[in-house]
Amino acid sequence: MIRQDEMFSPGLQNRQRRNRIFKWIFLSANLLGLVVLAALLVKVMRDSWGWLDLQFISSFPSRFPEKAGILPALYGTVYLMIITAVFAIPLGIGAAVFLEEYAKKSKFLSIIQVNIYNLAGIPSIVYGILGLTVFVRWMMLGRSLLAGGLTMGLLILPVIIVTAQEAIRAVPQSWRHASYALGASKWQTIRYVVLPSALPGILTGIILALSRAIGETAPLIPIGALTFIRVIPGSLFDSFTVLPIQIYNWTSRPQDDFRAIAAAGIVVLLVVLLGMNSIAILLRNKYQGRIKEV
Amino acid sequence: MASKLKGTKAGFILALFTLSLAAVLVLAACGASNRSQSGQASLSGSIQIDGSSTVYPITEAVAEEFMNIYPDVNITVGVSGTGGGFKRFTAGETDMSNASRPIKDEEAAKAEENNIEYIELPVAYDGITVVVNKQNDWVDRLTVEELKKIWSPGSKVTKWSDIRPGWPNEKINLYGPGTDSGTFEYFTEVINGEAKKSRSDYTASEDDNVLVQGVSGDRYALGYFGFAYYLENSDKVRAVAIDGGSGPVEPTMETINNGTYKPLARPVFIYVNKKSLERPEVKEFVKFYMENAPELVEEIGYVPMPDSVYQENLNKIN
Repeated sequence: MIRQDEMFSPGLQNRQRRNRIFKWIFLSANLLGLVVLAALLVKVMRDSWGWLDLQFISSFPSRFPEKAGILPALYGTVYLMIITAVFAIPLGIGAAVFLEEYAKKSKFLSIIQVNIYNLAGIPSIVYGILGLTVFVRWMMLGRSLLAGGLTMGLLILPVIIVTAQEAIRAVPQSWRHASYALGASKWQTIRYVVLPSALPGILTGIILALSRAIGETAPLIPIGALTFIRVIPGSLFDSFTVLPIQIYNWTSRPQDDFRAIAAAGIVVLLVVLLGMNSIAILLRNKYQGRIKEV
Repeated sequence: MASKLKGTKAGFILALFTLSLAAVLVLAACGASNRSQSGQASLSGSIQIDGSSTVYPITEAVAEEFMNIYPDVNITVGVSGTGGGFKRFTAGETDMSNASRPIKDEEAAKAEENNIEYIELPVAYDGITVVVNKQNDWVDRLTVEELKKIWSPGSKVTKWSDIRPGWPNEKINLYGPGTDSGTFEYFTEVINGEAKKSRSDYTASEDDNVLVQGVSGDRYALGYFGFAYYLENSDKVRAVAIDGGSGPVEPTMETINNGTYKPLARPVFIYVNKKSLERPEVKEFVKFYMENAPELVEEIGYVPMPDSVYQENLNKIN
């Protein structure tokens, strides 16, 4: 015992110093991201100052920066995200449940698994071309909101599947056993034990996936998302535009004022993103609370 | 318990935030629908336009003005690029196509295959401006041969003195548009003799504003981009007169319009499907386009065609 103390005590100061060093390294890793984000926010806010008002939100695009607005793009983005979510979330969770709970381990399954991982890394423009061929041409959906939403759904599906799988895998095996021991069927176990406790993790994946989709332009350009449109889409089959496309178009104009309204557009995009994520965070908080009570 | 309470509170704030977002959306929609009910409404229908991003601002301006008069006509304009636009146009998907170059043979063949007849209407000039830094006091003009010497693939020009003896023995920093740009395609075609063939060791950006920034902050810079960007930034960079064989000519509205600024000015077009032209709203729109183009084109920073061209276009559609 005494010998052990002698071995450790000389290093104590050293170890504590090392501990402090690593703490600072991790803290600065955190700060770096925050500082960049803060700088971006300050720059965007300052550029958009005076341009972001109700008139901007309620107007259609115009060649005059002071008359131009973001309304059709705002509606396009909100509708597109709803379609994407309705399509991709049930499908993604369903696929994850099958892969984790029902599928038997086999070579075939691991091929599928590898493919899903790969799909998550494919450049988004490829999904656009796929969407153009499958949804616009074959399924004759036209260059519509629906075709855009389905394409975006495909784009984020792999991310949702992979994160949902991880969340389901993290549910302790003993909980499932306890459920079976009480006489529950497999479906009942999934419905009342696995999914509720995996939900916070699944929702985190959904937040990440939808946050990616809301900023994408590349997959929508082959679909034919427009830049100049003066009606709000009224049905699934109407043509549309989205915020990032509108913002990109404004930044490439020669006049300085267009860059100011592009900044205002970015602020609107961030607000929509926050609004969308807040719904998911709300749900996550609710379910996290429930698990703690268990 | 405490953390749970906190969670609910945060949740409440978030819910409030989402609700107010929804409220703004609804309000905005109301405001918009009220506005579109004013004005006369003798025409209705929809017109689909796609194509070049260079021509987009002109068509956007015309569409905006047109829809102020005829609010029931719904015009949509996309920016798929000249090639992407023609792909849709020759398949009969769009009524009109914006184009920064004339239609290619294979695109015309595709149109014929699909029984699409069309007319070509030049609507404006798009000039390319070669620019240098404001503090550059040695360059007075550049000939087309000198430009070719600078920009051709495998160019040996690395210093200003390589272009013309007597110019500073300093490294030349080149700025130009990226390879997807129509400006790049056109410049390389007329200067280097073949489209898309260019030296590649220069600072490239698809965003012309970045090029303006680059040249304005670098005394030994040389760059080129669209005339509209030069007009907007003529206080930051200096345009170089171009000698196309008959003396140096500065790029201005006048020299581009009367054809003396050669060879870096090109016409841009709209293509109209003949079948679509039978619809009254399309015909009225094209007519409106030609009647208002001179004024709107200049307002946007492009150079209008001579009046006779617009008159000829009007004759073509009647």
